[in-house]
Amino acid sequence: MSVSVQRLLLGLHPDGHPLDSDEHLHRHGPLSGRLDRESLLDAVERSELRGRGGAGFPTALKLRAVAGRRGRKVVLANGVEGEPPSGKDKVLLRYVPHLVLDGVEVAARAVGADQAIVAVSQAASTELAVLQSALRERGRPERLEIRVASVPHTFVAGEETALINAVAGGPPQPTATPPRPFERGIDGKPTLVQNVETLAQLALIVRHGPAWFREIGTRDEPGSALVTLSGAVRLPGVFEVPLGTPLRELVAEAGGTTQPPRAVLIGGYFGTWLDARTAFACDLSEASLGAAGALLGARAIAVLPEGSCALAEVARVSRFLADESAGQCGPCVYGLDSIAQTMGSLSLAESFDGDLRIRRWLGQVEGRGGCHHPDGAARFIRSALDVFADEVALHTRGQRCPGRDLGLLPIRSRPARRAA
Amino acid sequence: MSSRLHVNPIACDGHGLCAELFPERVSLDDWGYPIVDKSPIPGRLEPHARRAVDACPVLALRLEQLAADSRSAAAPL
Repeated sequence: MSVSVQRLLLGLHPDGHPLDSDEHLHRHGPLSGRLDRESLLDAVERSELRGRGGAGFPTALKLRAVAGRRGRKVVLANGVEGEPPSGKDKVLLRYVPHLVLDGVEVAARAVGADQAIVAVSQAASTELAVLQSALRERGRPERLEIRVASVPHTFVAGEETALINAVAGGPPQPTATPPRPFERGIDGKPTLVQNVETLAQLALIVRHGPAWFREIGTRDEPGSALVTLSGAVRLPGVFEVPLGTPLRELVAEAGGTTQPPRAVLIGGYFGTWLDARTAFACDLSEASLGAAGALLGARAIAVLPEGSCALAEVARVSRFLADESAGQCGPCVYGLDSIAQTMGSLSLAESFDGDLRIRRWLGQVEGRGGCHHPDGAARFIRSALDVFADEVALHTRGQRCPGRDLGLLPIRSRPARRAA
Repeated sequence: MSSRLHVNPIACDGHGLCAELFPERVSLDDWGYPIVDKSPIPGRLEPHARRAVDACPVLALRLEQLAADSRSAAAPL
């Protein structure tokens, strides 16, 4: 039996064509214009929707924080998705742009914004084109100006203060908080920064109501969510499943594993490694994964098979994360670089104490950046040292593990390493 | 009355004067950037803390005054 559901991804074209406005209305019905601001906020609150961008903050609280501010407000839809192993936001933008744009209109109504910006990576040229043409198709909504902005293709660009800088044409670098975006964001105006999947869920909640939303998922984590599954599975890709779906069932939906699994990365490159046995006993919920020491985050999941060299994969991603530092904070710039360099030596079995030095440095980078980049990178690397302790022990004795570098965890190459 | 020291990691360039002037709460990491101990600073140490704040060439340090009855109040970054 299939565990996938069709809510966000209802009635997609198999050829990858985006749903046009008529097809979108045919599948979902019109967006009700009747709901006033308070009823909207109330519906979102009763749905108990949490942000789908990774942090899982209650959406109603975020909406109310902006709605309660004075003056003109802005909705900033975050579709940047700079995380290489995640593809869910690009799927939404590419296949169901009108659902995302409906969500933008709903959010703008809920917070009282007259301006909205959908931010997408410069590298996502197809998604940009699809969004532009969807906007033209819709015509301008009443009392709301929506535009699309493309921002530099970096990992940190999706961080909300970095995104605000990038949309204004500046470098995609985080700024010190407070003020947070709900206080001062785009052009100094109170700004709602919301992931595009969260917005698409809003478009469905407004149509079908909070009770419908909660019909699937768990009591504490209701609704469906998009998961990007990659690695040693037969059919990698983006799946929509109810929160709380057993990981085992999701992998079965993807045709099963191609080789016996060694470990699973949960939550992308700011996420956590779990050994395969632990991971396959978990459900896709923060409650279940939290009990195992992991975070579901933005639901990018990669299955690493036996016969791969985990340390080679981890070293490559560590170097990527170090290179993707925004370059502002010393501990992030120098700390992640030292860690990545040593992880590289460790993966080549050229360091007998690399793990000890890395652990010392992890303690020195955590909590010491202007944003959470070093914290996320540290979580990824620390959990790798824990889960791959046997491989680390072999490598520090100068022996390579029998596995090979299969290059399963994707990274983007950069033209040149940025100066600190 | 007590106070608490905060560093803005984006502004900090790792000059390290703070660790020289206020070793009671500031140490340096392996790359020379300050690790600030967030525990409350008693009044007798406050002049040292203030000297560290004033000496920072990039104004990355800030001293937060803590109300006597709310030592555990969440510190803004």
